[in-house]
Amino acid sequence: MTVNESPSTTNIDASCRVPLLALFSGAALWLVVSSALAVLASLSFHMPGKFGDIPFLTYGRVQPAADDALLYGFCIPAGLGVLLWIFARLGQVPLRGGIVPVVAAHLWHLGVLAGVVGILAGESTGFTWLEFPRGAAALLFVAYLLLALWAFMNFTGRRAGGLFPSHWFFVAALFVFPWIYSVAQLLLIGAPVRGVVQSAVAWWYGGNLVFLWTSLIGLGAAFYFLPKFSGRPLHSYFYALFAFWTLLLFGSLSGIPAGAPLPAWMPALSALNSLLLIVPILAIAVIGWKTVMGGAVQTCKGGSYCMIKFGFVAFLLSALLLVAGACPQVSRITQFTWFSAAQTQLHLYGFLCITLFGAIYYILPRAVGRDFAFPRLIRLQHWCSMLGIFLLVVSLAAGGLLQGIKLHDAGAAFDDSTRAMLPFLRTSTMGLLLMLLANLLFALNLLTLLFLWHLSVIKTVVGAALAPLGKTGVKA
Amino acid sequence: MKNGFVIFLSVATVLLLSWGALVLAPQMQLGGARQVPVLNSTDVYPLARPGTAAQGLQVYRANGCAACHTEQVQQDGVACDVVLLAAGKNPSAVSNLLATLKLTGLDEGSALSASDRIAAAGGKVETRIRATGSDIARGWGLRHSVAEDFLYDYPVALGSLRVGPDLADVGRRLPDPNWQLQHLYAPRSLVKGSVMPPFRYLFETRKIGAVPSPDALNLPAEFAPAVGYEVVPKPEAQQLVAYLMSLHTDVPLYNAPFTPPAPLKP
Repeated sequence: MTVNESPSTTNIDASCRVPLLALFSGAALWLVVSSALAVLASLSFHMPGKFGDIPFLTYGRVQPAADDALLYGFCIPAGLGVLLWIFARLGQVPLRGGIVPVVAAHLWHLGVLAGVVGILAGESTGFTWLEFPRGAAALLFVAYLLLALWAFMNFTGRRAGGLFPSHWFFVAALFVFPWIYSVAQLLLIGAPVRGVVQSAVAWWYGGNLVFLWTSLIGLGAAFYFLPKFSGRPLHSYFYALFAFWTLLLFGSLSGIPAGAPLPAWMPALSALNSLLLIVPILAIAVIGWKTVMGGAVQTCKGGSYCMIKFGFVAFLLSALLLVAGACPQVSRITQFTWFSAAQTQLHLYGFLCITLFGAIYYILPRAVGRDFAFPRLIRLQHWCSMLGIFLLVVSLAAGGLLQGIKLHDAGAAFDDSTRAMLPFLRTSTMGLLLMLLANLLFALNLLTLLFLWHLSVIKTVVGAALAPLGKTGVKA
Repeated sequence: MKNGFVIFLSVATVLLLSWGALVLAPQMQLGGARQVPVLNSTDVYPLARPGTAAQGLQVYRANGCAACHTEQVQQDGVACDVVLLAAGKNPSAVSNLLATLKLTGLDEGSALSASDRIAAAGGKVETRIRATGSDIARGWGLRHSVAEDFLYDYPVALGSLRVGPDLADVGRRLPDPNWQLQHLYAPRSLVKGSVMPPFRYLFETRKIGAVPSPDALNLPAEFAPAVGYEVVPKPEAQQLVAYLMSLHTDVPLYNAPFTPPAPLKP
């Protein structure tokens, strides 16, 4: 720290306070909404007749609303919040003009609200991961651009020289979303392309968002926190560079599923690139292993370190599932089954959400300057989310395999595949309930912190207003 | 990578590559697709869906039917069957020959040689091509789904999960609109143990007027409304069924050939 007016870490953390509270508190609410919707959708498999009179509770609307609320409501704003803070910390520059990210965060959450309500009202666009109607999409796009611009300005103004691996992953993520979102919106909603080209565009978008963008954000955070907690430098710069390049190259081409009614080269190209993802997966596994193993003794008692380690392993597993699902012998069985839903859930929740929980539990007390009100619940939350995602993923993946074998057997009636799947779907509801509980605990801790902070701000303001006039110099 | 500009350039390059491969190239190959000729026919395929069916696609979209239903029939390959049409002038030779030959599930070469040998013995034969695979065997379609099937659809609802059966050919497989309407209202009245949610909100339960509606559903007692009431499909239900009726993959195309089943002789 040789620069004279170098801001202290406390100043940097404080500069992120209000934007982070805006991003994270809305995200926590969406997290709860998403898992509540997922449980509701799952109830259809226990009592399919119950919601027949209520259009907005029908499975085909609730399920996509739950998925989108998780990805757009929690993952993206929470990921961007973590990114903003890590940029400010790595670059040793406070976040300036904090009002813009605050406004953008509210715009974003408003956009998600419009989108989720739109889906439930039957205004879905009908494209997977792009269901939000166009008004909501416009809000999201503007909000993302503002947040990305502010993050990028902070990045270019960084004081500490040099770039860290987290920087590459985050900068790439900042660019990926506006590019794929504008292309997909333009070609699917604005001036729609004809026929199955729509499906190709939607799959390209889905692959880039659900696999690539989330991996960039989650790994960027993991590569910042793992060395911090283990006390060992990231191993190594060149492994990380190699993983970054190969992940970007192969991950961005991996979206089109086998068997799609497209010219055969498209699914083949995607399958090839999905298989090649084994290269960055191995590199990333080595990075994690060498960075964490033999590090300074820092036990994790259900805290941030545990969560980020768990998320890291979940990334490796979900990426391996993706690779396995791209093998022609496997995809023949798993196509059109719950297997791919299991992979997506493991990636979004097991990897990204849990990594972000760990990051937020570390960041927020520092940014707000106040500890969580219920620190013991953090450990409980970790256990609930781990058990929940485990139950969900194992039941969906195992059931999906069984379902695929029945589907592939011409002799078995179709009903057999559904009947084989039902016990697994009902087990997965248990997983979803545990995840709902975990998300409620997370939201409780986070919103209590927000409330206490509001309270202290009000106290300060009131205290300043009531202070005797003689004493100047308001202590805020 | 020492500065941000290098990261930006590398990311932009990779994104352009991925966009070029999976957005631009499909658009160049398929974006200008037109109707194609139907094999052994002067017809072209596809025709735009009729108005109510096109509206029905919007009902399909709004209610997220694609969350549980695919419209992608899969096929492993094709097989040829040699069918004897007439025994000709030397029936005993032909029937002796038939007893020694394998006539079903052949590849193209063996089908040709078999039909040549029967023809040489004086029999009149036809070689029929059929698609194979579990979807085909289950009766979900006569061939695999191809890009042409969706040429005029917006949004294209391919789906990715089979909680329910594939619907690409449901218009041929289950051609009775009344069955479809009743199935939408109360799936379990027709398919035991179905997990499909009932779409009762697409129907209106109303008091029977002076004359019962001709559109009213004819429901089994367990699912029927109270006495004096009738269940009538709303326009949305009619449109959705019109869309389902319009789903067919029973037209042979150059890239998905098969021999259509022979029309029944009177």
